[in-house]
This record gives sequence, C-alpha cells and structure tokens, in this order.
Amino acid sequence: MKYLIFFNSFLYKVPFFQISSIKLFSTKSKVPDKPVWDKIDFNSLPKVPEIDLELVEQLERISLVEFNNEEGYISLQNAVRSANLLHAINTEGVEPLDSVLEERELWLREDKVTEGNCLKEILSNATKVEEQYFVAPPGNIPMKQRGKHFLKSVVKEPETSS
Amino acid sequence: MAASLTQQTKECIFKTCLFCNLFHKTIATRSMNIKRSHISATVQKEVQPEWQGVIGLEIHAQIKTLSKLFSGAATIYDANTNTQVAFFDAALPGTLPVLNQKCVQAGVMTALALGCDINLVSKFDRKHYFYADMPAGYQITQYRKPLAVNGRMTYMFQCSHNNKIERRSAQILQIQLEQDSGKSLHDPAVGYSLIDLNRAGIGLMEIVTAPDFTSGDDAASFVKDLRDILIDIGACDGKMAEGSLRVDANISVHRPGEPLGIRSEVKNINSFRNIRLAVDYEIRRQIQLLESGEQVVNETRSFDIQDGETVTMREKEKVLDYRFLPEPNLPPLVIHKDRSSVKSSQNVVVLEEVKSVLKELPDEKRKRLETKYNISLKNSVILVRANLAELFEKLVEHHSCDPAAASSVLRNSYAPFLDKAKLNSTDRPISDDGLAEIINIYGRGEISETSLGILLREKSENIHLSCKEIMDKNNLCILNDELLINAAIDDVCERNPKAVKAYKKGKTNQLEILSTKVKKKLDGKVASGKLYQLVKEKLQK
Repeated sequence: MKYLIFFNSFLYKVPFFQISSIKLFSTKSKVPDKPVWDKIDFNSLPKVPEIDLELVEQLERISLVEFNNEEGYISLQNAVRSANLLHAINTEGVEPLDSVLEERELWLREDKVTEGNCLKEILSNATKVEEQYFVAPPGNIPMKQRGKHFLKSVVKEPETSS
Repeated sequence: MAASLTQQTKECIFKTCLFCNLFHKTIATRSMNIKRSHISATVQKEVQPEWQGVIGLEIHAQIKTLSKLFSGAATIYDANTNTQVAFFDAALPGTLPVLNQKCVQAGVMTALALGCDINLVSKFDRKHYFYADMPAGYQITQYRKPLAVNGRMTYMFQCSHNNKIERRSAQILQIQLEQDSGKSLHDPAVGYSLIDLNRAGIGLMEIVTAPDFTSGDDAASFVKDLRDILIDIGACDGKMAEGSLRVDANISVHRPGEPLGIRSEVKNINSFRNIRLAVDYEIRRQIQLLESGEQVVNETRSFDIQDGETVTMREKEKVLDYRFLPEPNLPPLVIHKDRSSVKSSQNVVVLEEVKSVLKELPDEKRKRLETKYNISLKNSVILVRANLAELFEKLVEHHSCDPAAASSVLRNSYAPFLDKAKLNSTDRPISDDGLAEIINIYGRGEISETSLGILLREKSENIHLSCKEIMDKNNLCILNDELLINAAIDDVCERNPKAVKAYKKGKTNQLEILSTKVKKKLDGKVASGKLYQLVKEKLQK
C-alpha cells in the first residue's frame, strides 16, 4: 500500500523538487503529511492474465532476463498483481507527467568537440577486445531456445506450438 | 485456360515498364484481345484495374555537425576505430545527454524547407532494443511529440526509361531527431561481431513521408530532390555512399479504389539506383504473390545489390516490441517563436532567426526561372541541379542574352563541359562576357550544338583569343549550304538502305539514327533541328 503514496505524487503533477523546496511547508500541498491507508478491493482490479510459454519467451527476449525457475515465474505474476494496484487510482482528467522537470526548458549545448579520443578508457570496460574493436556476440539473431521443462507445472504451452 | 491466361498477363507485366503509359497501353490491348476471344468469368477477373504500388519512405539523414547529438565527441567519417566515443556514447553509468543546438537548428531549418508545422514544444523518448552497437539498450528518439509534422515537398518526377519530367508533391508526416547507432562488423566464421562506436550517437533526422509514391522512379526522384534541399540548406552532406543518407521503404500493392495491402519494409537502401531497383523488385514480388493466391507478410527485408533482390531480414508483428517510454533525462525541447520569449542569454533556437537565413529553395528557383524567363521545366530542373541558375540569370539580366539560347547552351554544352573538365559550377573558366558572346553566336545560329563544346574548351584554354578567331581557326562555323547537307544525306541513305526501309515501315526512331550518322559525316557542324527536317523530307519522298 505504500506504493500508492509514491505514485500519487507523480500522477497529480506535484514535482518532487517543489515538494522539498516550497510546498513542503505549505498547507495547500496535495501530499498528505502522514501516510494514508486506503483499503483496496482486490476483486475490483483486473485479473493477472494468463502467462503462457510464448509470452515468457517474448519477455525473456525483450528484457534479456531468463526465467530460471518456478520462483521466477511466480515473482513475475506477483509483479503484475502489484502493478495492477495502479488501476485503483482515478486519473480521469489528469495529464500524465513525464518528468519532474517538465516545466523546465531543455538546455542546449554549442556544437563543439569536447570529448572523445579516450580509446583506452572506453575499451577498459570491455571483457574482450580485438584490435580497437569491442567484441560482442553475433547480433540480430534470436536468443538460444532452451527447454522449459522446469516451468511445465506452471506454464501453459501455447496452442499453436506447431 | 485460366492458368495460361494468368501466365500471359504476368509476362506482359514484367516485360514492360510498370508505370509509364506504355504499360497501360499494352495491358489494355491485351485484355481487349482476351475479351474478344473468350467471354468467361476468369476473363472478367483479368480486366480488373491493375495492381498499383504504394510506397512510403523513411529517410535517415545524418545532421552535418562537428559533434554528436547528445555528446561532445567528433563526427568525422572513417575516423580511427572507437576514437570518437564519449563516455555517454558508450553508455557508461552516470552519464547524461546534453542536446546539440546545431542539430535542433538543422532540424528546424529542414522542417521549414519542407513546409512543416513545427512543434514549439517537442519531447524525447526511448526506443528499446538490444544491439551491441547501441550500448544503452535504447535509442533516444522522438516518438510521441516530434520536432515537426505535416509538411509537403514538391519534387521532380523523372522516369528512367523515357525523359519524362513532371512536377509532383508528397506529404511529409513528421521529422524527428534521433541518435545513430554504432557499426557492427559481422564475421560468421568466427561467430562474433566487432563493434565500432564512432557513429553511435551522431545526430540523425528521420523524415517520414505519407505513402504517396507509386514506383521506384517516383521514390528515387523524391529522395534525389530531398537530398538537394538538405545539402542546399547545409543540414546534411548527402553522401549516400558514406551512409549519410539512408532510406527505408514501406511497400505494398493494391488495386486502385481498394484498401491498402499488407506492406513489407526494405531497410537501409543507400543509392538512388538501389531505391528504384529495390522498390520495383518488391512491387513485382508482391504482385506475383497475390496473383498466385498467396499473402504478403509484414516483414523487414533487405536489398541484395548483387542479385537485385530483396530478402527477408526478420519477421515483424509480435517479435518486435520497442517499449517506448518518455526519456526522463531530457526536459521538453522548446523552440522560441521570436526573441521576446527568451529569458536569459541561454543557448536557444529561435524560429524567426532560422527563417531569416533560409535561402531560396530549389523549387522556388525553378518556378521563378520558368515564369520570369519562360524556359522549359526540363531546362529549369537541370540549371538548378547543376547550380547554374545564378549564372543564367546574370547572363540574361546583365549581358542581355536570349533566355532560350542561354538555357540551351548552359544545359547542353556548358554543364557537360564543366563535368568533363572536372570543374565546379562556381569555377568560371570562361569570363561572363566570353560566355555571353558564345551564347549570342549560338542564338544567331552561327554555330551548331556539337561545335559549341569545342568552342567552350578552346575559349577556356585561350582566353586572349576572341570567339571569332577560335571559330575561324578550328573551322567551327555552321554549315548552312543545303546542297552540301543534302549530298551528305543522300550518301548516308544510300549506305543504309535497311534503315530507310525500316523508317518507311513506321520505325520512326530510324530518323534519329540516320540524322546522327549524317551529323557525324559533317563533323557536327550543322544545326540539329534543320538536319532533322531535311532528313525527314528526304525520307518521306
């Protein structure tokens, strides 16, 4: 439930820096002084969707995180359930806030060469180097397919597995 | 029967130009013949309106700057591997993007040149994918609110098989600023890739068009003119061979009046010729698929230059998920309308100031030449492209040259002469007075087109000689003696009886072939128009 307070400040366009500098002492702040406890009816929230093998594989591909065991899979379900709490907040008519610096103007740099020529430092981070290149696994190929037997008890095979 | 009919029609499609009138004529006659001999359901199907290509383009133009879009590393092409990499470009933790003012100016300038609405407030987003040449795991781009939207660009459609030129226009959907990626060298033999991050983070403008093009020629013509504009305003160096300008084409086919077909995307095309070949190949491939009852798959393809084919790179649909999200490290980008809203001495981009340095655009120049001096579209296109419009105006305005003669000499003789001598349009190997004199000699019909080239060359090498002296010395005066010309025509016709026969049977292109032969015989010292007339008269006797 603590999440709610955190998200509130984002969703109602009250940037953090304002809270700390001005609004903190103002009585008009939309941020309550103390944590507020709201009861949420979990039945009113959307259900955690079914996660099949195909989706697991897609998530692995786009996150580069492997679901090594059942525990990982259950943790994913819990994460979705937890994120679903956001549905309880009424955001009607509230413009989304991208950044707490939204009212600021982007600062522009003059077009001058001020960096670079630091081959040694740049390559010092690489595990493998050839001549002056970084060496990387071959790109743009699908991730290695592994058997997902260990997920069998919790994950459904996609219907179109052929 | 039905199968063979389809086969017939298909052959017909592939053998003729897809897009000029020629094609429509052959198809029309073909279907009429079919209709006359067989009246059945399958035949009815054959006379449906023909397939039409629908093409939209995404053009990536590297912005001509000294430093990168968000870092202070240099942008020199072909620099030593990994020497133009700032910590930010290598995505080291704790580094932050700082936007380059020049990139914004170039973007705004381009947007103005393409008649776009500029978003005075635009935003940056992250587009995620895992490539080793994109170390952060995402590209900073503009997704929800790009720099500019909704423009229109006029371009000159040029058909590659006939010399048809036509003014067309295409809608620009949006212009966005984004980062370029690094370069990967793939070596399948050793099973790994080598990464050079020199290009990673260079500023790109992505220019997205509506699906307004119908053929390879059409798309290539547009890119050609867009490149001219970008070079003209200094936003991009336009070196396609170095990858400064790269084109992705979204291609589908449909029958006019029907909803658009499923499209495929051909990525990273890097020359005008390849744009034409890739697009036309892809259209043919899709028509073939649909004609044989198959479906076009929404996928990304690449163009194989060697085989002239497009091949599958990856299937799209579900596999790609860019997970766009707002870039939290960059506040909104603000373009100021004028100086009044600028608060301090901060670096800003002011719309009015960019507007004031925007020069006359190629199409405005062409239109002015056409209306003010009454020269043809073709001439104006070539004068502007060869960067000779200014010289032309000077010759007409200050040296009282005849516009028709001046445009003809500049286009047909002076531009090729410069080319041959490897000179720039800004080099003036012949003084303006000298050039004006040559144009006037030509205008009075005292020299032929072929001899003009020699005169220009001699004049540039012997500045102290007058045109008259050069012409006398090299015997360049035009032949006006009809008896002499007719004698040459008679001689050529006698030697080429087959060509004469063919002409009489209706092969009119023989006229040109014969005329060229006569011209050669007379050392090119005869006016083309007059020669044509005389040859024609002779042949029609």
